[in-house]
Amino acid sequence: MEKTKINITDEVAIHISDMNKWFGNFHVLRDINLEVRRGERIVVCGPSGSGKSTLIRCINRLEEHQKGSIIVDGTELTTDLKNIDKIRSEVGMVFQHFNLFPHLTTLENCTLAPMWVRETPEKEATEIAMEMLEKVKIPEQAHKYPGQLSGGQQQRVAIARSLCMKPRIMLFDEVTSALDPEMIKEVLDTMIQLAEEGMTMICVTHEMGFARQVADRVIFMDDGQIVEQNEPEEFFKNPKSDRTKLFLSQILGH
Amino acid sequence: MITKIAFVRKKEIPPSAPPITEVGLIGWLRQNLFSSWLNSTLTVLSVYFIVIMLWDFIPWAYGGHWNTKSLRECLDLDPDVACFSVLTARWKQLLFGLYPAEEYWRPTLTFIFLLLAIVPILFPKFFRFFWFSIIYPGLAVWLLWGGSFWSISIVYIGLTLGALFFLTLIRRYLKNYMIAAILAFLFTAVFFLFISNPLVGLLNVILPISLPFVESLKMGGFTLSLIVGVTGIVASFPIGILLALGRQSNLPVIKMICVGFIEFIRGVPLITLLFVASVLLNYFLPPGTNFDIVLRVVIMVTLFSAAYMAEVIRGGLAGLPLGQHEASASLGLTYWQSQRLIIMPQALKISIPGIVNTFIGLFKDTTLVSIISLRDPVGLASTIRADQKWNGIYWELYVAIGLMFFIFCWGMSQYSQYLERKLKTDK
Ligand SMILES: Nc1ncnc2c1ncn2[C@@H]1O[C@H](COP(=O)(O)OP(=O)(O)OP(=O)(O)O)[C@@H](O)[C@H]1O
Ligand SMILES: [Mg+2]
Repeated sequence: MEKTKINITDEVAIHISDMNKWFGNFHVLRDINLEVRRGERIVVCGPSGSGKSTLIRCINRLEEHQKGSIIVDGTELTTDLKNIDKIRSEVGMVFQHFNLFPHLTTLENCTLAPMWVRETPEKEATEIAMEMLEKVKIPEQAHKYPGQLSGGQQQRVAIARSLCMKPRIMLFDEVTSALDPEMIKEVLDTMIQLAEEGMTMICVTHEMGFARQVADRVIFMDDGQIVEQNEPEEFFKNPKSDRTKLFLSQILGH
Repeated sequence: MITKIAFVRKKEIPPSAPPITEVGLIGWLRQNLFSSWLNSTLTVLSVYFIVIMLWDFIPWAYGGHWNTKSLRECLDLDPDVACFSVLTARWKQLLFGLYPAEEYWRPTLTFIFLLLAIVPILFPKFFRFFWFSIIYPGLAVWLLWGGSFWSISIVYIGLTLGALFFLTLIRRYLKNYMIAAILAFLFTAVFFLFISNPLVGLLNVILPISLPFVESLKMGGFTLSLIVGVTGIVASFPIGILLALGRQSNLPVIKMICVGFIEFIRGVPLITLLFVASVLLNYFLPPGTNFDIVLRVVIMVTLFSAAYMAEVIRGGLAGLPLGQHEASASLGLTYWQSQRLIIMPQALKISIPGIVNTFIGLFKDTTLVSIISLRDPVGLASTIRADQKWNGIYWELYVAIGLMFFIFCWGMSQYSQYLERKLKTDK
């Protein structure tokens, strides 16, 4: 499939400079510099414990950074709760373990945040929710509870739930790694579709096929640092650092 | 010999009905009562014990006397059967304590209204009648204690005006909730300090509606148990939720206050708190303050069970995966929105058994007020037995009291099971 790059604009969506984070004494993220432009699709990979999740969780302040700055859509993340809630409402996030709200139906999962955060009237919120559920191809599950759905379906609902807030940026944290092989594809297809529509995305994933197909840039992290980043073609064909080579050889097989 | 591994099905097997010993009554008996030797033995033993208990109880209760004048008379007639005459003679007291007889309709009506007022809370289907649950507390206080109708209504009027004032400020003039809340509070305070008394006086002149006043020491019997129990249950629930949230708070001061309160209250027996309420509080309050004894008891019982409630709810909160907090935060919900819409509904659902347990415990603990000589049913039982006509009677009184408590507690337990079934969303 031919990749569309026309989407990328000059507008900066996320600007991270000299960002550092510690868990107690443990230096998880070290001098992270990253600029993401609107429409750009980024895949982050790296060995377990390298700080990938922590990095993207800093972008919507699920984790607090201690040094440097993160600017999302022109708003800097500080301790100001109003800014944080505003940024969170514009940055969607999908988690490895779905984190759907089990006491609400699929539809209610999708309408809740628009109704309470955006104060969208219920009727309109329902319309948007149904539109998004159609997009992820499960409108028929709207009135079921998450516990009654398969893993793949739950993850697609989680994506729809984020999309209902009409986010300008989407963060995906290993969204397929808790799924059975036959369900991975349905979730990846949804993400590919989003990518093709020009959504700004940062995806932590080990699905290298996905990276090849949709990413504009692949970032490799190790020990809390960005070790290497490049266009996917180059990244996979000519990795520069030894660490990257080792990682790729392990993950892609021999 | 080598077994052949390859296998192909030769003939399709159609589904058939299960054997007769596995279905229907016989199947049920086999599965549930006689599934093994141990199970069969237990079944036989249990049946045996139930039979010997009922063997004595049924003739005792069924043949009981209801219309004698004293225990002596009962014993003369037939010493082996129950003497329920004590209930016939004293049931009014067991239900209403020393409440004036010509006013019995008031607690009765209050009780009927109570049943109506809890319906919208228990069954969301009737939520449109929730307004009645809101006015019920005031109505109940007025019916039970009497006095001027207006001095109770004024509380509602004042609070409603305060709320309207707050909403108008927010809608029209101010964006800051904090300042609006403070202004509304001041407004309400001014209303109650300076305006409410003259207004009540005026209303009393224009349209005097009032009931004869009945003082708290006259309250007793199940009326008292229900006053203390229901108020305690209703008030301890929200306080418990706030304490549980406070205990998890990131703000050290709030956290310390909540932990200190919970640990202190849980570490002290309820009886001690009741003694404090009945005796000690008078030392601390300025002389001449008339702080109603029933109110004092209700406060103590509420605080006591709020501490337990907080811990039960904290258990529910701890049972929620961190992912739920993260997901709701990532959608931009504020702390209170996320608590109210995502966290609490789930935490409370997990805690239903514990919450109802605490409610039932609280309701039964109301009998402890007999220690500080309030006349709840258990206290009354002692009074009745002190009467020489009924001196020596035990079973009949306590069976009746126990049965009344059982009906309420069993009702709560049944409701909680219904709620758990209804809220089950997986499968
Ligand atoms: N809340 C926390 N407190 C302390 N240490 C943490 C915390 N969260 C993560 N860490 C540590 O920080 C490091 C980076 O974690 P992170 O979850 O970002 O890794 P990751 O790259 O996403 O790994 P994985 O591929 O396993 O998801 C790990 O060593 C982890 O043990
Ligand atoms: Mg991770």
